[in-house]
Amino acid sequence: MKLRERDALRAGSVSWALPYLAHSLAAIVRFVDKTLTIANLEVRKLRHDPTDLASRAVQPALWLLVFGQVFSQVRAIPTGGLPYIDFMAPGILAQSVLFISIFYGISIIWERDLGIVQKLLVSPTPRTALVLGKALSAGIRAFAQALIVYALAVLLGVQMNWNPLALAGVVTFVLLGAGLFSTVSLIIACLVKTRERFMGIGQVLTMPLFFASNAIYPISLMPGWLQVIAHLNPLSYEVDGLRALMLAGGTSAYGLALDLTILLGAATVVVIIGGRLYPRVAT
Amino acid sequence: MEPGHDDMAIVETTALTRRFDAVVAVDALTMSVGTGEVFGLLGPNGAGKTTVVKMLTTLLPPTSGSATVAGFDIVRQAGEVRRVIGYVPQLLSADGDLTGYENLWVFAKLYDLPRAEREARIRDALAFMGLLGAADKLVRTYSGGMVRRLEIAESMLHRPRVLFLDEPTLGLDPLARQAVWEHVEQLRATYGTTIFLTTHYMDEADSLCDRVAILHRGTMAASGTPADLKAAIGKAEATLDDVFKHYAGDALETMETYREAARTRRTARRLG
Ligand SMILES: Nc1ncnc2c1ncn2[C@@H]1O[C@H](COP(=O)(O)OP(=O)(O)O)[C@@H](O)[C@H]1O
Ligand SMILES: [Mg+2]
Repeated sequence: MKLRERDALRAGSVSWALPYLAHSLAAIVRFVDKTLTIANLEVRKLRHDPTDLASRAVQPALWLLVFGQVFSQVRAIPTGGLPYIDFMAPGILAQSVLFISIFYGISIIWERDLGIVQKLLVSPTPRTALVLGKALSAGIRAFAQALIVYALAVLLGVQMNWNPLALAGVVTFVLLGAGLFSTVSLIIACLVKTRERFMGIGQVLTMPLFFASNAIYPISLMPGWLQVIAHLNPLSYEVDGLRALMLAGGTSAYGLALDLTILLGAATVVVIIGGRLYPRVAT
Repeated sequence: MEPGHDDMAIVETTALTRRFDAVVAVDALTMSVGTGEVFGLLGPNGAGKTTVVKMLTTLLPPTSGSATVAGFDIVRQAGEVRRVIGYVPQLLSADGDLTGYENLWVFAKLYDLPRAEREARIRDALAFMGLLGAADKLVRTYSGGMVRRLEIAESMLHRPRVLFLDEPTLGLDPLARQAVWEHVEQLRATYGTTIFLTTHYMDEADSLCDRVAILHRGTMAASGTPADLKAAIGKAEATLDDVFKHYAGDALETMETYREAARTRRTARRLG
């Protein structure tokens, strides 16, 4: 009797849970679909106008050619046995990801001024899906940038790791880094709201993030206080991961698992904060 | 009975108020819009029209007071409100870097249109607005009137019950304005959509709206049918312009800020 009651109860709870489960599953599918829709727009825009990408090849080329060549001659930087240009290539890839992403917020302000953001916000789309879609869009732009850096690196004779798993790892780090930095940028845009103030802050942020990282020299060369900052800087973990995955003889200083955890954790936190703040840009 | 009251109301506000620091943009506004009406919110620049629309479309939380759209509270049931409304912002909001088709496609996806119907609805919307021929052209090559029609097409894809149009003909030439009016009329006739529009063109309100409310410095100065309002000021042959001057004073002195003026002109330039 008791048993049967319990079975009935259990059956009852299952029949309760099923529609609920189906409902949440449908919500998740819609969430992912909308996120991908926003990102899909970026691909379409790139197809309509690819010239923007070409002009972005200049900066990494300058860094690798000028800075890289000079410092290869000087041999002043301990790279753990790597040729300097090899050591530097992942750093420049990370730099490209950072630079392309950290100014991404300006496009949010631009879309706000056009009224595009308002229409997205009035649609029944979860705010986090909009923000995540934007993060992925930045990732797509950064990925195009990564192809350019790869081409340059090969031309300069950097010993690359062509293992498909390693390549997939590079793509993951590029998308994660771009998602992280572009969402930080989106948050800044939502807080300052105007183009002028945004550009000011963007410029103030970029160089310190770049120089207080292991992108073009190891952290061990830095004074103590800067080492602390470099260890708090997510860019250091982006570089570390890329250095391990991109180069034939690449090694990670902190371990790929830690790099990945830190970037993923930071990206999750900023996407959630961004989802909260995004509606403010329209007010 | 005047339409737009009691159980017929699809938009209702009660003492709806919005402040920006010291500025009271909308001041204890109480009004209602009847189902199936074309309702016009009139007022000079800075009167608070856009602020009202932003609150009703859930973009901006009110400072105090409340409002419902299709029976849903704009704050507590914002998600439900979003499902039943369409919105064309005052600013030009179509994405110039995408084609007309792509602009519609995004919103077809974001509004969860069933896959089987998606393409047909997009085509219908394009055809309805006379844009089929331009569907695969980048929107930045469109004229101002075409962009507006595209935006209206976009806002109608999911067959909203209420469509909010914020200054839909701002900066358009007379012919393009005429075309927008005709399409709005047709929308109401075809789908029975309630239209809530704002404008500062009196002729627009006169020829398009069943009912209007005149907003002056965030408060309601008068409301009724255009004919009622003309009769109320007791001048034979009065135009809505006269009504407007009567209530808003000769002080068409606006509260438009520098930033808004800059925006309005930018929009006008893009349209021109
Ligand atoms: N985001 C804002 N911040 C500060 N003041 C605002 C903001 N939006 C509107 N206002 C002010 O509110 C008033 C009404 O503006 P608005 O609703 O845009 O008027 P309208 O659409 O009728 O031209 C104006 O005085 C404007 O300066
Ligand atoms: Mg306005």
